[in-house]
Amino acid sequence: MSKRLGIWAGAAAGAAALTLLGIPALAQDDPAAEPPPTEFVIGFVDLAQDARFDDRHAYYMVPVRPWGRPVAGAELGIADALITGAAIGVNFSLTAARGNDVAELVAAVEEWVAAGVGFVGVDLPAAQLIELSDAVADLPVVLFNVSAHDDELRGASCRANVVHTIPSHRMMTDAMMQFLVLHRWTNILVLAGPSEADQQIVTAVRQSANQFGARIIDVRDFVLGTDPRNREQNNVALMTNGNYDVVYVADSDGEFARYVPYETLNPRPVVGSAGLSALAWHWSWERQGAPQLNDRFEDVNFRFMDQYDWAAWAAVRAVVQSVLRSQSTEFGPVRDYLLGERMNLDGSKGNPMSVRSWDHQMRQGIIIATGNNSMQLAPVEGFLHQTNDLDTLGVDAPQSACQF
Amino acid sequence: MFRLTKRRFASAALVVGLAVGTALTSTPASAAGTGYIFISNERTHNVLVLDPANNFSVVASIPTSRRPRDLQINKAHTLLYVACGDDDVIDVIDIETLTVIDHIPTGRSPEMFVLNAEETQLFVSNEENSTAQVIEIADKIIVHEIPTGAEPEGVMLSPDGATLYVTSEIADMVHVVDVAAGVVTDNVIVGTRPRRFAIANNDAELWVSDELSGTVTIIDRATNRVIDQLQFLPPGFRQVDVTPVGILLSPDGQTMYVTMGRANHVAFVNVATRAIEGYTLVGSRAWGLALSGDQTQLYVTNGLSDDMSVIDLASRRNILTVPTGRVPHSIVVDNEPDV
Repeated sequence: MSKRLGIWAGAAAGAAALTLLGIPALAQDDPAAEPPPTEFVIGFVDLAQDARFDDRHAYYMVPVRPWGRPVAGAELGIADALITGAAIGVNFSLTAARGNDVAELVAAVEEWVAAGVGFVGVDLPAAQLIELSDAVADLPVVLFNVSAHDDELRGASCRANVVHTIPSHRMMTDAMMQFLVLHRWTNILVLAGPSEADQQIVTAVRQSANQFGARIIDVRDFVLGTDPRNREQNNVALMTNGNYDVVYVADSDGEFARYVPYETLNPRPVVGSAGLSALAWHWSWERQGAPQLNDRFEDVNFRFMDQYDWAAWAAVRAVVQSVLRSQSTEFGPVRDYLLGERMNLDGSKGNPMSVRSWDHQMRQGIIIATGNNSMQLAPVEGFLHQTNDLDTLGVDAPQSACQF
Repeated sequence: MFRLTKRRFASAALVVGLAVGTALTSTPASAAGTGYIFISNERTHNVLVLDPANNFSVVASIPTSRRPRDLQINKAHTLLYVACGDDDVIDVIDIETLTVIDHIPTGRSPEMFVLNAEETQLFVSNEENSTAQVIEIADKIIVHEIPTGAEPEGVMLSPDGATLYVTSEIADMVHVVDVAAGVVTDNVIVGTRPRRFAIANNDAELWVSDELSGTVTIIDRATNRVIDQLQFLPPGFRQVDVTPVGILLSPDGQTMYVTMGRANHVAFVNVATRAIEGYTLVGSRAWGLALSGDQTQLYVTNGLSDDMSVIDLASRRNILTVPTGRVPHSIVVDNEPDV
C-alpha cells in the first residue's frame, strides 16, 4: 500500500543566503567558491495587433474581452520563481517579443534558441501558432500555447513542439456538461454564433452532450443586431421558445451572449459564453492558494487575473518545476521532465497537473463560474476516469486524432 | 516582491501606546486544564469552545477577527493566540473569560505561527507578502521580516529556539532560518506544496507534509538533507486525491499522525520504522490535529464537512463526529499547563 521513494539530495549545499535590510548573511562557505547562478531565460511572444485582446469595450466600460495581455502571467511566473532559483543557483528571467506578424516572431524565437532559450510562451491565434511551430519545428524549443482553445490544435493539427496550458474548447464544454448533468439540466438549447470559433464551440458542445448523456434539443443560429426583418435570429425571446432546461450560448466574441440572460422566453439558466461559464481561471476561486495567486497578480497589474494570464503563468511554472525536479538546466532533461509522467504541477486549482502524452494538453481542473462566484471545480464529483479523473475533461487517448 | 509593508509597520507602531501589556497582565487562569477544545472556524469567524467532559457540548463561541486559522496556547494556558487571515491580526483570547482581549497586527493574511520559548515573540508566515515575520508581542512591532518563497505556510521553531523552519507552498521548499541572525541559511527542496512540520526521532528529524505530492518528506536536521519520503495511499483512493496537511507526533514519540486532506483519512506512521501502520476514516478534507487532554483521543478538523472527528487512539477507530462552525481550521486543547 505504501511505497518508499528513493532517497534524494536536498538543495545545493551552501545555497544562496537571503538577506533583508542589509543584514549580512551568516558566513558559511567562502562566497567566492560559489559558482555564479546559471541563467535560464524563458521566451514569450505575442502580436502587436490581436483582435482577441482588443481592449475597446462594447459600450463604455463594459468588458467583453480580456483586460490585458497574458504576458503579465508569464512575468508573475518568473517573479514566483525567484526564491526557487536562488536556492538551486538558477536565475530565471523572461524575454518577450511583440511582433507585427509571425515572421518577426519566428526570427525572435530563432535568435533566442541560438542563445540557449528552449521554452517559449506563445499567445497567438491557432493559425499563427501553427505557422510559428512549423517554422521552428527543427529547433530545440518547446512552445506553450496560452490562449488558443481550438480543438484542432490538440487533434489533427497537433504539433509535437507545442504544449497547451490553456484548455481546449472540448475540455471546457465537458466541464460544463458535467455540471449540467449533475443538476439534471440535460435538455439543452444551443444558440450558435456565426464565427468559426463559435462553430467550434457548438461542435464541442455536441460531443460533450454525447459523452455525458445530455440531449441537444436544437441549435439556433443568432445574428448580432436589431434589424426587425431579422428578428428570428437576433431577438433572444423569439429564439428561445420550446422545451429545454438550459440555454447554452456559443459566442466566442461575447457581445451577443451578454444579452441572453433574463431575456429568454422561458425562465431557464444561461450557460456558456454568458451566465455560467467554464474557465481555466476565475478571480473568485478561493481554494488551493488561489487568493494569494490572484493578489500577487493584482498587486502588479491592477486587474483581475484571467484564464490566459493563468495559462501563461502555468507555462512558466511548468518550466521552473521541470528545472527544479530534473536538477538540470539543459533542454533535453528539462523537456523530458515537462512531458513526462512524473510532472506534478500545482496550478492552485485542485489535483496536480501534468501534460497528456497523446496531445500535449496540460490536464487540469476547470472552474465553473458566474460573474462573481466559482460554483464548482470540474471534474465534478462522480465523474470518474480509469487512470486520472482530470482526463474526463477533453479528448482521451483512444479518441485522439493527434499523431506526433 | 519582497517589499516591506510600511503601512503595516506604521499601524503596528501606533497601537503600541494603546495596548501595551494587556496580553501580559493576565494572572494564571483558573480555567487552565479545563480540557476544553478550541476550534477556529474560517468562515464563521469564531473560535468554538467544546467541553469533551460534557459530551462535547458547546461552552462558548468566541467571535474573532475575520478568518481565524492557526491557534497557539501559551505555556501557562491563560492565553490563546489566533491568526486571523482576513484582518491581518493575531487575536489574543483570555482563556478564563473566553473573550478576545487584544489584537497583534501582522503583515497581510497570517496563517500559521509559533511562539518562542520565552513567549515574547511570534514567528508568523505571511502568505500574501511572502515573508516570515518576527513580532515582539509586548511592543506589537514587527522587528524583522525574512523573505521566503511564495506562499509561505508552515512554521516551526526548533526545540532549542535557534532555528526556524518555514515551508514555501509555491517554491516547494523548506527554508532554514537562523533565528539569531534573522536570515535564511539553507533551502531544502521537498515534495509539491509543502504545508506543515513535526520534529521527530529525538529532535533529529524534521517531517514535512507535501500536500500535492501526497507525501511526507523527512529531513535530517543535522545536515538539512532529505533522507526519506513516505508516500500515502489510503484504501480506495487515488494518488492525486491524497493531500496530506496536518502532522502531529504522539506524546511517546513513536507514532506520527498525518491528516490526508481530501482523502478523508488520518494515517498512523511508525516513526522508528517509517512504516505506515494504517488509516482511519474521518470527515471531508481533514487538516487540523490535536490530542485530548488525557491523550487517549485524537481530534481532527474536517474543513469541508464542518465537523470534528474523534478517534479513540487505543483502537484507532473514529468514535464520534462533532459539528463545528464553517470550515474548521485548527484545534488546540486546554489540557494541563506545561509549566
